[in-house]
Amino acid sequence: MTTSTLPSLVICEHCDSVYHRAPLTRGQRARCALCGASLYRHSRASPETILALSIASAIVFLIANVYPVVEISLQGMANGATLWQAVLAMASGEAAPIAVPVALCVIIVPGLQIGLLGWISAYATAGRPAPGGIGIMRFLALLRPWSMIEVCVVGILVSIIKLWSLAHVSPGEGMWAVGALMVLLPLIAGRDLRVLWETFDARPSEPSSAP
Amino acid sequence: MGLARCHVCGMSCESDGTDASARRCGRCGAPLHGVRGDRMGASWALLLAALICYVPANVMPVMYTQLLGRGSENTILQGVAEFWRSGSYGIALVIFVASVAVPCTKFMSLGLLLIGAQYKTPWKRRERAVLYRLVEVVGYWSMLDVLVVAVVAALVKFRALGDVEPRVGILFFGAVVILTMLSAMQFDPRLTWCGDDR
Repeated sequence: MTTSTLPSLVICEHCDSVYHRAPLTRGQRARCALCGASLYRHSRASPETILALSIASAIVFLIANVYPVVEISLQGMANGATLWQAVLAMASGEAAPIAVPVALCVIIVPGLQIGLLGWISAYATAGRPAPGGIGIMRFLALLRPWSMIEVCVVGILVSIIKLWSLAHVSPGEGMWAVGALMVLLPLIAGRDLRVLWETFDARPSEPSSAP
Repeated sequence: MGLARCHVCGMSCESDGTDASARRCGRCGAPLHGVRGDRMGASWALLLAALICYVPANVMPVMYTQLLGRGSENTILQGVAEFWRSGSYGIALVIFVASVAVPCTKFMSLGLLLIGAQYKTPWKRRERAVLYRLVEVVGYWSMLDVLVVAVVAALVKFRALGDVEPRVGILFFGAVVILTMLSAMQFDPRLTWCGDDR
C-alpha cells in the first residue's frame, strides 16, 4: 500500500470539502465555500522571518520570566510577583495541583514553542529539514491550544485593578515583556505552520511520496 | 475514501490500500482517519465530567483574603459582585463573561453539537460549524480566573498585614476549563456534515 501526497489540493479541516489550491495575494485568505472555515492564508512569513521572531520572542520570554510582572506596596512594605512566583503561590494548600496547568499554560508551553520553532526555522533557513523535525512539528501542533500568554496578560491587568483600591500596584518590567510576547507568539506559533512543514516536502529518500 | 487530510500537518493524502487503519500521512507519518464518529463517547464523557466539576467550582471558595486582620473567603460569583458593587462595571463584566458566560455557553454549544452529530441532522449545519469554531477560539479564555488568583496570591504576601491564598474551588474551575477544552478536541467538526442533506 502506498500513500501519495497531493500538495496542489486543500481539504477543509472542518468539513472535508476538497479544493484546488489557488495562489493568493497579500492579505487574502481562502475560505471553505461549504462551512466557511479558513482554509489557508497568503503567508508572509519565510523561515528567516520565523527565525528572527523566535529569537526576539526568546529574549522577551527571558525578561518575562526573570522580572516581576506586577509590583505592590502596602504601608511601606513592597513586594513584586514574577510569573514563577504566581505558579508557586498556587502550589501550596488544597488547590495545589492547579499549579501544574498554570505553569504549563503561561511558562512551559510558550517556552517550548519558542525553542522548538527556533530550532526548526534555523534549519529551514539553511534549507535543510531539522533533525527530529517531523516529531517536533507534531509536538508543536499538540502544544498550540495550551499556550495562553494572552489570557495571562488580561489576568495580570485584572489583578492590578482588583488590588487597586487596597494598595499601590503598578505593572513591573516583566509586564511589558509579557505584553510583547502576546504580540510575537501568535505570529510564529499560529495555526498555519505550512511554511515550516514545506521544508519536509519532497525529500528524495521519502519512500511514500510517489507521484 | 482514498483521499484524506492529515490532521497534524494538513497535507492532502491519497492512499490506494484497502486497510484503512494502516493509512499514514505521506509527509509527517501521522495516521489518517475518516470522520471520527468513535470519539463522540469520549467527548460526551469529558463534557459530563466538566459539568460535574462546575458545581464545586461555583459553590466552593476560590480565594481566601486576609487584609489588616479581617479574613474572608470568596467564590467566583462573590468576586464578580464585589467588583460590581465597587463600581468597576467593566472588570465585573470581563470576569463574568470569562468565568460564567463562556463556560455555560460552552456546555450548551458542545451539547448541541454532539446531539446534532448523533442524529445526523441537516439542521443549520453552517451555523453549527461556526459555533464549533467559536468554542475553539473562545474556550481557553476561561483560564483567566485561575491566572488572576495566581497573580493576586503571589502579590499579596505581607504576613500579618495581608495574605491571599488559593482555595479548592479554583482547582475545580481549572478542571472545568481543561475538561471542556479536551471535550472540544475530541469532537470531530466533520461530524456536523454527516448524513443526508434533507
